Amino acid sequence: MKTFSDLIVCEHCDSVYRRQPLPPGAAARCGRCGAILRRAGLDLDRWLALTLAAAIAFVIANVCPVVRISMQGIPNEATLWKSAAALAQGPIACVAVPLALSIIVVPFLQIGLLAWVLAHARAGRRAPGFAPAMRLLVLLRPWSMVEVCLLGILVAVAKLSHLLQVAPGPGLWATAGLMALVTLIANRDVQRLWDLTEPGSNPSGTEA
Amino acid sequence: MNGTPRASQLRVVGCHACGLVCEDTLDGVERGGRVHCPRCGAALHRRRPGSITQAWALLVAALIFYVPANVLPVMYTSLFGRGGDSTIMSGVIGFWRGGSYAIALVIFIASVAVPCVKFLTLGLLLATSRRGSRRARRERAGLYRLIELVGYWSMLDVVVVAVVSALVKFQALSDIEPRIGILFFGLVVILTMLATMRFDPRLIWDGDGE
Repeated sequence: MKTFSDLIVCEHCDSVYRRQPLPPGAAARCGRCGAILRRAGLDLDRWLALTLAAAIAFVIANVCPVVRISMQGIPNEATLWKSAAALAQGPIACVAVPLALSIIVVPFLQIGLLAWVLAHARAGRRAPGFAPAMRLLVLLRPWSMVEVCLLGILVAVAKLSHLLQVAPGPGLWATAGLMALVTLIANRDVQRLWDLTEPGSNPSGTEA
Repeated sequence: MNGTPRASQLRVVGCHACGLVCEDTLDGVERGGRVHCPRCGAALHRRRPGSITQAWALLVAALIFYVPANVLPVMYTSLFGRGGDSTIMSGVIGFWRGGSYAIALVIFIASVAVPCVKFLTLGLLLATSRRGSRRARRERAGLYRLIELVGYWSMLDVVVVAVVSALVKFQALSDIEPRIGILFFGLVVILTMLATMRFDPRLIWDGDGE
Protein backbone atom coordinates (compact mmCIF):
# COMPACT_ATOMS: atom_id res chain seq x y z
CA MET A 1 0.00 0.00 0.00
CA LYS A 2 1.29 3.45 -0.90
CA THR A 3 1.49 6.04 1.85
CA PHE A 4 1.91 9.79 1.52
CA SER A 5 3.97 11.36 4.29
CA ASP A 6 3.80 14.78 2.62
CA LEU A 7 0.00 14.90 2.88
CA ILE A 8 -2.28 15.52 5.82
CA VAL A 9 -6.00 14.74 6.05
CA CYS A 10 -8.32 16.77 8.29
CA GLU A 11 -9.85 14.21 10.65
CA HIS A 12 -13.04 16.27 10.92
CA CYS A 13 -13.92 16.71 7.25
CA ASP A 14 -11.46 14.66 5.12
CA SER A 15 -9.93 17.67 3.34
CA VAL A 16 -6.45 16.89 2.05
CA TYR A 17 -3.58 19.33 2.44
CA ARG A 18 0.10 19.31 1.66
CA ARG A 19 2.23 19.54 4.80
CA GLN A 20 3.84 22.92 5.28
CA PRO A 21 6.57 23.74 7.78
CA LEU A 22 5.05 25.40 10.83
CA PRO A 23 6.79 28.16 12.78
CA PRO A 24 7.14 27.40 16.54
CA GLY A 25 3.90 27.89 18.46
CA ALA A 26 1.79 28.05 15.30
CA ALA A 27 -1.20 25.88 14.42
CA ALA A 28 -2.57 24.96 11.01
CA ARG A 29 -6.33 25.12 10.64
CA CYS A 30 -8.51 23.38 8.09
CA GLY A 31 -9.91 25.86 5.58
CA ARG A 32 -13.10 23.85 5.07
CA CYS A 33 -14.30 23.02 8.59
CA GLY A 34 -12.06 25.14 10.82
CA ALA A 35 -10.64 22.27 12.91
CA ILE A 36 -6.99 22.35 13.91
CA LEU A 37 -4.95 20.20 11.53
CA ARG A 38 -1.75 20.13 13.51
CA ARG A 39 0.32 22.23 15.85
CA ALA A 40 4.03 22.88 16.11
CA GLY A 41 4.25 21.44 19.61
CA LEU A 42 6.98 20.98 22.17
CA ASP A 43 10.41 19.68 21.25
CA LEU A 44 11.32 16.29 22.68
CA ASP A 45 13.53 17.57 25.53
CA ARG A 46 10.86 19.88 26.91
CA TRP A 47 8.16 17.31 26.30
CA LEU A 48 10.02 14.67 28.32
CA ALA A 49 10.92 17.16 31.06
CA LEU A 50 7.26 18.19 31.45
CA THR A 51 6.25 14.52 31.45
CA LEU A 52 8.61 13.83 34.35
CA ALA A 53 7.25 16.90 36.15
CA ALA A 54 3.75 15.54 35.59
CA ALA A 55 4.84 12.21 37.07
CA ILE A 56 6.04 13.96 40.25
CA ALA A 57 2.82 16.02 40.48
CA PHE A 58 0.82 12.81 39.95
CA VAL A 59 2.54 11.06 42.87
CA ILE A 60 2.00 14.04 45.20
CA ALA A 61 -1.63 14.42 44.09
CA ASN A 62 -2.30 10.77 44.86
CA VAL A 63 -0.35 10.42 48.11
CA CYS A 64 -1.22 13.69 49.85
CA PRO A 65 -4.71 14.64 50.99
CA VAL A 66 -6.52 17.07 48.69
CA VAL A 67 -8.90 18.38 51.37
CA ARG A 68 -8.79 18.40 55.16
CA ILE A 69 -11.81 19.01 57.37
CA SER A 70 -12.42 19.24 61.06
CA MET A 71 -15.72 18.74 62.82
CA GLN A 72 -16.00 19.57 66.49
CA GLY A 73 -12.31 18.90 66.86
CA ILE A 74 -12.34 15.58 64.96
CA PRO A 75 -10.15 15.84 61.86
CA ASN A 76 -10.59 13.95 58.60
CA GLU A 77 -9.00 14.17 55.20
CA ALA A 78 -9.58 12.86 51.68
CA THR A 79 -7.15 11.75 49.01
CA LEU A 80 -8.12 11.02 45.41
CA TRP A 81 -8.05 7.28 46.13
CA LYS A 82 -10.23 7.68 49.20
CA SER A 83 -12.73 9.71 47.17
CA ALA A 84 -13.02 7.02 44.52
CA ALA A 85 -13.27 4.37 47.25
CA ALA A 86 -16.06 6.33 48.97
CA LEU A 87 -18.23 5.71 45.90
CA ALA A 88 -17.34 2.02 45.92
CA GLN A 89 -19.58 1.26 48.89
CA GLY A 90 -23.09 -0.05 48.76
CA PRO A 91 -25.16 -1.09 45.76
CA ILE A 92 -23.81 1.54 43.36
CA ALA A 93 -20.16 0.56 43.70
CA CYS A 94 -19.68 0.34 39.94
CA VAL A 95 -19.79 4.13 39.53
CA ALA A 96 -16.44 4.23 41.33
CA VAL A 97 -14.84 2.51 38.34
CA PRO A 98 -15.23 5.29 35.74
CA LEU A 99 -14.26 7.85 38.37
CA ALA A 100 -11.10 6.02 39.39
CA LEU A 101 -10.28 5.49 35.71
CA SER A 102 -10.74 9.10 34.67
CA ILE A 103 -8.95 10.81 37.55
CA ILE A 104 -6.28 8.24 38.49
CA VAL A 105 -5.73 5.35 36.08
CA VAL A 106 -5.95 7.21 32.74
CA PRO A 107 -3.61 10.08 33.76
CA PHE A 108 -1.20 7.48 35.16
CA LEU A 109 -1.20 5.53 31.89
CA GLN A 110 -0.82 8.71 29.84
CA ILE A 111 2.21 9.84 31.83
CA GLY A 112 3.77 6.39 31.90
CA LEU A 113 3.28 5.70 28.19
CA LEU A 114 4.52 9.15 27.20
CA ALA A 115 7.62 8.86 29.38
CA TRP A 116 8.34 5.47 27.77
CA VAL A 117 7.97 6.58 24.15
CA LEU A 118 9.60 9.99 24.69
CA ALA A 119 12.65 8.59 26.45
CA HIS A 120 13.25 6.31 23.46
CA ALA A 121 12.38 9.01 20.93
CA ARG A 122 15.07 11.25 22.42
CA ALA A 123 17.56 8.50 21.71
CA GLY A 124 16.33 8.59 18.11
CA ARG A 125 14.39 5.33 18.03
CA ARG A 126 10.90 3.98 18.45
CA ALA A 127 10.29 2.36 21.81
CA PRO A 128 9.38 -1.33 22.00
CA GLY A 129 5.59 -1.46 21.75
CA PHE A 130 5.53 2.01 20.17
CA ALA A 131 2.49 1.42 17.93
CA PRO A 132 0.18 -0.01 20.66
CA ALA A 133 1.38 2.66 23.09
CA MET A 134 0.55 5.43 20.63
CA ARG A 135 -2.84 3.98 19.78
CA LEU A 136 -3.63 3.67 23.48
CA LEU A 137 -2.62 7.31 24.05
CA VAL A 138 -5.06 8.44 21.36
CA LEU A 139 -7.78 6.22 22.85
CA LEU A 140 -7.21 7.43 26.43
CA ARG A 141 -7.14 11.16 25.79
CA PRO A 142 -10.89 11.90 25.98
CA TRP A 143 -11.18 9.97 29.25
CA SER A 144 -8.56 11.94 31.14
CA MET A 145 -10.43 14.25 33.51
CA VAL A 146 -7.90 15.89 35.81
CA GLU A 147 -9.38 19.36 35.22
CA VAL A 148 -12.89 18.14 36.06
CA CYS A 149 -11.45 16.53 39.17
CA LEU A 150 -9.87 19.80 40.29
CA LEU A 151 -13.09 21.78 39.82
CA GLY A 152 -15.01 19.01 41.61
CA ILE A 153 -12.72 19.24 44.63
CA LEU A 154 -13.16 23.02 44.73
CA VAL A 155 -16.95 22.70 44.55
CA ALA A 156 -16.84 20.07 47.33
CA VAL A 157 -14.79 22.50 49.46
CA ALA A 158 -17.35 25.25 48.82
CA LYS A 159 -20.20 22.89 49.65
CA LEU A 160 -18.77 21.94 53.02
CA SER A 161 -17.29 25.30 54.00
CA HIS A 162 -20.70 26.46 55.29
CA LEU A 163 -20.91 23.57 57.69
CA LEU A 164 -17.39 22.65 58.73
CA GLN A 165 -13.83 23.86 58.87
CA VAL A 166 -12.32 23.03 55.50
CA ALA A 167 -8.71 23.49 54.40
CA PRO A 168 -7.06 22.59 51.09
CA GLY A 169 -4.32 19.95 51.36
CA PRO A 170 -1.05 19.72 49.41
CA GLY A 171 -2.68 17.23 47.06
CA LEU A 172 -4.93 20.02 45.76
CA TRP A 173 -1.98 22.14 44.56
CA ALA A 174 -0.41 19.06 43.01
CA THR A 175 -3.70 18.30 41.21
CA ALA A 176 -3.73 21.86 39.85
CA GLY A 177 -0.17 21.43 38.58
CA LEU A 178 -0.99 18.02 37.16
CA MET A 179 -3.96 19.49 35.29
CA ALA A 180 -1.76 22.06 33.55
CA LEU A 181 0.98 19.54 32.77
CA VAL A 182 -1.31 16.80 31.42
CA THR A 183 -2.98 19.38 29.16
CA LEU A 184 0.45 20.32 27.80
CA ILE A 185 1.89 16.84 27.29
CA ALA A 186 -1.05 14.60 26.38
CA ASN A 187 -3.17 16.68 24.00
CA ARG A 188 -4.16 15.88 20.44
CA ASP A 189 -0.63 16.47 19.20
CA VAL A 190 0.75 13.12 20.41
CA GLN A 191 0.43 11.86 16.83
CA ARG A 192 3.40 14.09 16.04
CA LEU A 193 5.60 11.47 17.68
CA TRP A 194 5.04 9.24 14.67
CA ASP A 195 6.72 11.81 12.44
CA LEU A 196 9.39 12.71 14.99
CA THR A 197 10.48 9.08 15.26
CA GLU A 198 10.25 8.34 11.54
CA PRO A 199 13.44 6.48 10.61
CA GLY A 200 15.85 9.00 9.13
CA SER A 201 14.14 12.00 10.70
CA ASN A 202 15.88 14.68 12.73
CA PRO A 203 16.05 13.26 16.28
CA SER A 204 16.39 16.65 17.98
CA GLY A 205 12.64 16.94 17.71
CA THR A 206 12.32 20.11 15.70
CA GLU A 207 9.34 19.99 13.40
CA ALA A 208 10.10 18.73 9.93
CA MET B 1 -16.97 27.12 -2.33
CA ASN B 2 -13.66 25.58 -1.36
CA GLY B 3 -11.12 24.15 -3.75
CA THR B 4 -9.44 21.88 -1.23
CA PRO B 5 -9.74 18.28 -2.42
CA ARG B 6 -11.24 15.65 -0.17
CA ALA B 7 -9.72 12.28 0.62
CA SER B 8 -12.24 10.36 -1.50
CA GLN B 9 -11.42 12.47 -4.57
CA LEU B 10 -7.71 11.72 -4.25
CA ARG B 11 -8.37 8.05 -3.44
CA VAL B 12 -6.60 8.27 -0.10
CA VAL B 13 -7.73 7.59 3.45
CA GLY B 14 -6.34 9.06 6.68
CA CYS B 15 -5.64 6.67 9.57
CA HIS B 16 -7.83 7.42 12.62
CA ALA B 17 -5.14 6.44 15.06
CA CYS B 18 -1.86 7.84 13.72
CA GLY B 19 -2.92 10.26 10.99
CA LEU B 20 -0.89 8.65 8.20
CA VAL B 21 -2.36 9.24 4.75
CA CYS B 22 -2.68 5.89 2.94
CA GLU B 23 -3.75 4.87 -0.53
CA ASP B 24 -7.44 3.89 -0.47
CA THR B 25 -7.49 0.14 -1.12
CA LEU B 26 -10.80 -0.44 0.64
CA ASP B 27 -12.75 -1.01 -2.58
CA GLY B 28 -12.09 -4.72 -3.01
CA VAL B 29 -12.55 -5.47 0.68
CA GLU B 30 -15.63 -7.51 1.48
CA ARG B 31 -17.89 -6.68 4.38
CA GLY B 32 -16.20 -7.65 7.62
CA GLY B 33 -12.77 -7.68 5.98
CA ARG B 34 -10.18 -5.19 7.12
CA VAL B 35 -7.32 -3.15 5.78
CA HIS B 36 -4.79 -2.05 8.37
CA CYS B 37 -2.64 1.06 8.54
CA PRO B 38 0.89 0.03 7.54
CA ARG B 39 2.40 2.31 10.19
CA CYS B 40 0.36 1.75 13.37
CA GLY B 41 -1.75 -1.30 12.56
CA ALA B 42 -5.16 0.27 13.26
CA ALA B 43 -8.02 -0.66 10.92
CA LEU B 44 -8.57 1.90 8.15
CA HIS B 45 -12.06 3.26 7.45
CA ARG B 46 -13.35 5.90 5.09
CA ARG B 47 -16.08 6.61 7.65
CA ARG B 48 -16.56 5.03 11.04
CA PRO B 49 -18.74 1.98 10.32
CA GLY B 50 -22.29 2.16 11.69
CA SER B 51 -21.59 5.67 12.92
CA ILE B 52 -25.07 7.19 12.81
CA THR B 53 -26.98 4.13 14.02
CA GLN B 54 -24.66 3.51 16.96
CA ALA B 55 -24.54 7.17 17.93
CA TRP B 56 -28.36 7.28 17.92
CA ALA B 57 -28.58 4.15 20.07
CA LEU B 58 -26.13 5.52 22.64
CA LEU B 59 -27.83 8.90 22.64
CA VAL B 60 -31.29 7.41 23.24
CA ALA B 61 -29.91 5.22 26.04
CA ALA B 62 -28.35 8.30 27.65
CA LEU B 63 -31.61 10.20 27.33
CA ILE B 64 -33.47 7.38 29.10
CA PHE B 65 -30.96 7.29 31.97
CA TYR B 66 -31.09 11.08 32.24
CA VAL B 67 -34.57 10.82 33.81
CA PRO B 68 -33.61 8.73 36.88
CA ALA B 69 -30.35 10.70 37.12
CA ASN B 70 -32.39 13.83 37.80
CA VAL B 71 -35.33 12.37 39.70
CA LEU B 72 -33.50 10.03 42.07
CA PRO B 73 -31.33 11.35 44.90
CA VAL B 74 -27.59 11.54 44.26
CA MET B 75 -26.53 12.04 47.84
CA TYR B 76 -27.71 11.38 51.39
CA THR B 77 -26.59 13.96 53.94
CA SER B 78 -26.95 13.61 57.67
CA LEU B 79 -25.50 16.45 59.69
CA PHE B 80 -25.90 16.70 63.48
CA GLY B 81 -28.82 14.32 63.45
CA ARG B 82 -30.74 15.96 60.58
CA GLY B 83 -30.74 13.83 57.48
CA GLY B 84 -32.08 14.05 53.95
CA ASP B 85 -31.63 13.08 50.32
CA SER B 86 -30.66 15.58 47.69
CA THR B 87 -30.97 15.49 43.93
CA ILE B 88 -28.81 17.38 41.43
CA MET B 89 -31.31 20.23 41.08
CA SER B 90 -31.87 20.52 44.83
CA GLY B 91 -28.11 20.92 45.21
CA VAL B 92 -28.11 23.76 42.67
CA ILE B 93 -31.10 25.42 44.37
CA GLY B 94 -29.43 25.06 47.76
CA PHE B 95 -26.35 26.95 46.61
CA TRP B 96 -28.50 29.59 44.89
CA ARG B 97 -30.62 30.21 48.01
CA GLY B 98 -27.48 30.29 50.15
CA GLY B 99 -26.16 33.15 48.03
CA SER B 100 -23.38 31.14 46.31
CA TYR B 101 -24.53 32.13 42.83
CA ALA B 102 -21.24 31.36 41.10
CA ILE B 103 -21.08 27.78 42.43
CA ALA B 104 -24.77 27.23 41.70
CA LEU B 105 -24.09 28.35 38.15
CA VAL B 106 -21.03 26.10 37.74
CA ILE B 107 -22.97 23.02 38.88
CA PHE B 108 -25.98 23.99 36.77
CA ILE B 109 -23.86 24.38 33.65
CA ALA B 110 -21.91 21.15 34.19
CA SER B 111 -24.81 18.93 35.28
CA VAL B 112 -27.86 20.34 33.48
CA ALA B 113 -26.86 22.65 30.64
CA VAL B 114 -23.99 20.56 29.21
CA PRO B 115 -25.97 17.27 29.00
CA CYS B 116 -28.99 19.05 27.49
CA VAL B 117 -26.84 20.88 24.94
CA LYS B 118 -25.23 17.56 24.06
CA PHE B 119 -28.58 15.82 23.55
CA LEU B 120 -29.88 18.61 21.31
CA THR B 121 -26.68 19.18 19.36
CA LEU B 122 -25.92 15.55 18.71
CA GLY B 123 -29.55 14.89 17.77
CA LEU B 124 -29.39 17.78 15.32
CA LEU B 125 -26.07 16.63 13.84
CA LEU B 126 -27.32 13.06 13.44
CA ALA B 127 -30.59 14.10 11.82
CA THR B 128 -29.01 16.59 9.40
CA SER B 129 -26.14 14.27 8.46
CA ARG B 130 -28.47 11.42 7.68
CA ARG B 131 -30.43 13.68 5.35
CA GLY B 132 -27.19 14.91 3.79
CA SER B 133 -28.13 18.51 4.54
CA ARG B 134 -25.81 21.17 3.11
CA ARG B 135 -26.94 24.00 5.34
CA ALA B 136 -24.53 25.68 7.77
CA ARG B 137 -22.00 22.91 7.57
CA ARG B 138 -19.14 24.93 8.98
CA GLU B 139 -21.29 25.90 11.95
CA ARG B 140 -22.34 22.29 12.51
CA ALA B 141 -18.68 21.25 12.40
CA GLY B 142 -18.05 23.89 15.07
CA LEU B 143 -20.92 22.51 17.16
CA TYR B 144 -19.39 19.06 17.02
CA ARG B 145 -16.04 20.37 18.22
CA LEU B 146 -17.87 22.21 21.02
CA ILE B 147 -19.62 19.13 22.40
CA GLU B 148 -16.39 17.17 22.08
CA LEU B 149 -14.69 19.85 24.17
CA VAL B 150 -17.28 20.37 26.92
CA GLY B 151 -18.78 16.87 27.10
CA TYR B 152 -16.76 15.43 29.94
CA TRP B 153 -17.35 18.36 32.31
CA SER B 154 -20.62 16.71 33.37
CA MET B 155 -18.50 14.28 35.38
CA LEU B 156 -18.18 17.16 37.87
CA ASP B 157 -21.06 16.06 40.08
CA VAL B 158 -19.68 12.54 40.39
CA VAL B 159 -16.37 13.97 41.65
CA VAL B 160 -18.16 16.28 44.09
CA VAL B 161 -20.23 13.46 45.57
CA ALA B 162 -17.14 11.26 45.84
CA VAL B 163 -14.99 13.87 47.60
CA VAL B 164 -17.77 14.96 49.95
CA SER B 165 -18.67 11.42 50.94
CA ALA B 166 -15.00 10.56 51.49
CA LEU B 167 -14.61 13.55 53.80
CA VAL B 168 -17.73 13.52 55.93
CA LYS B 169 -17.53 10.21 57.74
CA PHE B 170 -18.15 10.75 61.45
CA GLN B 171 -20.32 7.72 62.18
CA ALA B 172 -23.33 8.73 64.25
CA LEU B 173 -22.49 12.42 64.26
CA SER B 174 -22.52 13.22 60.58
CA ASP B 175 -22.39 11.23 57.39
CA ILE B 176 -22.67 11.77 53.66
CA GLU B 177 -23.29 8.84 51.36
CA PRO B 178 -23.69 8.51 47.59
CA ARG B 179 -27.11 7.47 46.31
CA ILE B 180 -28.30 5.64 43.19
CA GLY B 181 -28.93 8.82 41.14
CA ILE B 182 -25.20 9.41 40.79
CA LEU B 183 -24.82 6.01 39.11
CA PHE B 184 -27.36 6.98 36.44
CA PHE B 185 -25.72 10.34 36.09
CA GLY B 186 -22.32 8.77 35.53
CA LEU B 187 -23.88 6.49 32.92
CA VAL B 188 -25.38 9.48 31.11
CA VAL B 189 -21.97 11.16 30.93
CA ILE B 190 -20.25 8.02 29.62
CA LEU B 191 -22.98 7.21 27.10
CA THR B 192 -23.08 10.74 25.68
CA MET B 193 -19.29 10.76 25.40
CA LEU B 194 -19.39 7.43 23.55
CA ALA B 195 -22.16 8.75 21.28
CA THR B 196 -20.06 11.82 20.45
CA MET B 197 -17.09 9.58 19.65
CA ARG B 198 -19.15 7.26 17.46
CA PHE B 199 -20.47 10.12 15.36
CA ASP B 200 -18.18 10.73 12.41
CA PRO B 201 -17.93 14.52 11.82
CA ARG B 202 -16.86 13.89 8.21
CA LEU B 203 -20.46 12.86 7.50
CA ILE B 204 -21.40 16.54 7.84
CA TRP B 205 -19.41 17.24 4.67
CA ASP B 206 -20.54 14.29 2.59
CA GLY B 207 -23.06 14.60 -0.22
CA ASP B 208 -21.03 17.47 -1.63
CA GLY B 209 -21.44 16.33 -5.21
CA GLU B 210 -18.15 14.47 -5.31
